[in-house]
Amino acid sequence: MRIALFADVHANLQALEACRADAARRGRDREAFLGDLVGYGADAAAVVDLAMAAVQDGAVSVRGNHDDAIDGESGYLNEMARAGVAHARATLNETQRAHLKHLPLIVRSAEACFVHGSADAPERFRYLDGIDAAKRCAAAAEAPITFVGHVHEQRLYFATLGERMHLLTPTPGIAIPVPRHRRCVAVVGSVGQPRDRNPMAAYALYDATRRTLTFHRVSYDHRAAAQRIRAAGLPESIAYRVEHGI
Amino acid sequence: MASELSFAPPRTLALVPGVVIDGFRLVSSIGEGGTAFLFRVEAAERPDPGFPLLMKLPRIGNGQPAESLLAFEMEAMILPTVQGRHLPRYVASRDITATPYLAMEWIDGTLLEDIARAAPLADDRVAALGAALADALHALHRQDVIHHDIKPANVLLRADGSAVLLDLGFAHHAHLPDLLAEERRYAAGSAPYMSPEQLNGSREDPRGDLFALGAVLYELSTGALPFGTPPTLRAMENRLWAAVVPPRARAATIAPWLQEIILRCLEPDPAVRYQSAAHVAFDLRHPDQVPLTTRAHHLRPPGLVTQYRRWRRLKRALADRGRLQAKPHTMAAHAPVLLVAIDTSHPEDPRHAALQAATRQLVSLHHESRVLAVSVVAPAEIDAAHPLESSASGQQLSHRLRLADWLAPTALPPDRLSLHVIESEDPATALLDIAGANHVDLIVLGAPRPDEAALAWWRSTASTVTARARCSVHVVRVGEGQGD
Repeated sequence: MRIALFADVHANLQALEACRADAARRGRDREAFLGDLVGYGADAAAVVDLAMAAVQDGAVSVRGNHDDAIDGESGYLNEMARAGVAHARATLNETQRAHLKHLPLIVRSAEACFVHGSADAPERFRYLDGIDAAKRCAAAAEAPITFVGHVHEQRLYFATLGERMHLLTPTPGIAIPVPRHRRCVAVVGSVGQPRDRNPMAAYALYDATRRTLTFHRVSYDHRAAAQRIRAAGLPESIAYRVEHGI
Repeated sequence: MASELSFAPPRTLALVPGVVIDGFRLVSSIGEGGTAFLFRVEAAERPDPGFPLLMKLPRIGNGQPAESLLAFEMEAMILPTVQGRHLPRYVASRDITATPYLAMEWIDGTLLEDIARAAPLADDRVAALGAALADALHALHRQDVIHHDIKPANVLLRADGSAVLLDLGFAHHAHLPDLLAEERRYAAGSAPYMSPEQLNGSREDPRGDLFALGAVLYELSTGALPFGTPPTLRAMENRLWAAVVPPRARAATIAPWLQEIILRCLEPDPAVRYQSAAHVAFDLRHPDQVPLTTRAHHLRPPGLVTQYRRWRRLKRALADRGRLQAKPHTMAAHAPVLLVAIDTSHPEDPRHAALQAATRQLVSLHHESRVLAVSVVAPAEIDAAHPLESSASGQQLSHRLRLADWLAPTALPPDRLSLHVIESEDPATALLDIAGANHVDLIVLGAPRPDEAALAWWRSTASTVTARARCSVHVVRVGEGQGD
């Protein structure tokens, strides 16, 4: 059983299509969307349609803070993010907006937990930005492995001895063993807006049978995605980020 | 979070011959270490892999240090990812959710620990054993794995003289979780071989293994450990900055070149040590090519002032952790070995200038790159009228001088350069042999000229070497209108 994990798509249709195709080629059985389908990018409607269809086919999907801001509070977001939310509000239809509004904040089973920010207080969209945050998340997850987004970089936190956790910056393409008895929190990276100075789209593939997690980076036409953002009248800074992966 | 010990069920299975664990039947006990039981096993209810098998069963339960389970997990995680004959082949494993075990290839050989009992050993024996160990380390480092527990008890010598590294329990894999990242342990058997940076908690620098290799060489050639066997981690740390008693102070018969190699491995600052295991292997196999420094000639440890300076320098180096953070294979990539094939029998050949220019360019890319300059010449025919000039050694000398002159413009320091004159009727095979034996990363050689290509491209040296080399090959061609 292989689960493809997509986070922070941010209305970047080209990047999502490239990642989904890559995951399909690698034999994924299921998909999971870890929040922030919309915001920043130019193709919110198309991305939400795609995610809605995937959910119909059994995909997991949780709500991110940008998804939440469509029908909620967006005042706390920075100018760039507010522009993206405003664009999404203007382009999404009622069905799409209702879909985002009713997405769960967290999905968990005995085997895995899916959440946008952190499993402790998912509604607060905390950033998983260090060992301490990872420990709080792992403790609240009630599952051996937790998949999160929100932080736009690929990271794997894993338990060592007792309460201790350690951080691995994963190398794309390497299957990392994640044994059941060793709690892990995986930040899967951003599909639509990577920020590690590499514009390639990021996602991860979890093999629940072999208990391995592989982080992937996928080439796609990020210049075309940036052009879509400019053509939609969104701020130049968003296009620049997508072009340069920053 | 629960501690992992709570996941490990108490062992109910008696570990006696005949018992079957996950399809492997225990045949005989071959050892009982502090952290694991070792058994010869056979495939009973699973396909036979076709080679003898060994099973490691970690001790679990109350009273066992949790670190030993971490070490077991690390080995079970890393062993399947590494390849080559310098490690036992991985067969199967099971984690601590059931009776945990690790099944691997059983290899027939002699433990270096048993050989070391006869130390001090002769220089050539030490060099042969050390080169085999360095080959194995290089093979591991190239796969982004650092062993971190090199000692005679963890090295097995096969009948053919090659070394096998045992016990990856403390190893670090650059791309996998490091469960021991924060563990600072004192293991009595391992501490005497540990580098200062490793004692300081560094896990990501392969040069720590070269320090341990130096400690092993020291032990083999003197019969003593360079830092003794301090009783605690703290005592070990305090000993490390004190300079080592030079091997030649213990036994004056040890050759200066061997002392040079050993003390260079044992430099406390990793930046001053050898930068790759391949280089150590090379020097151990070519004593005449080892450039001797003051290290080679010390007969007593340096004075207190020098020791104090070394200590200051080391403390600074250890504080500057950035320098110690390269992945093993990148480290090897910064110290690549180039083999340049130079036809000294035809010094007037127009290709020499182009080959020299390419060599200069390539060596300027990496501060630590090394060059093996190789000339393959036809075996000398003794001319009865001039026996001295035409002797094999006379031919060797004249071609070595030509090689040295050829390389003079590159201004490479002696420790990055070695000269080899090989007599052979088959230059391609000779080049491939020397490249394979010395961990060469790139072969640089001239392309056939256009007039040669039409006739004999298929049998030219360049095409044979390119087709059969196990490393990259840089074929230098003189363009039209050049070299006339």
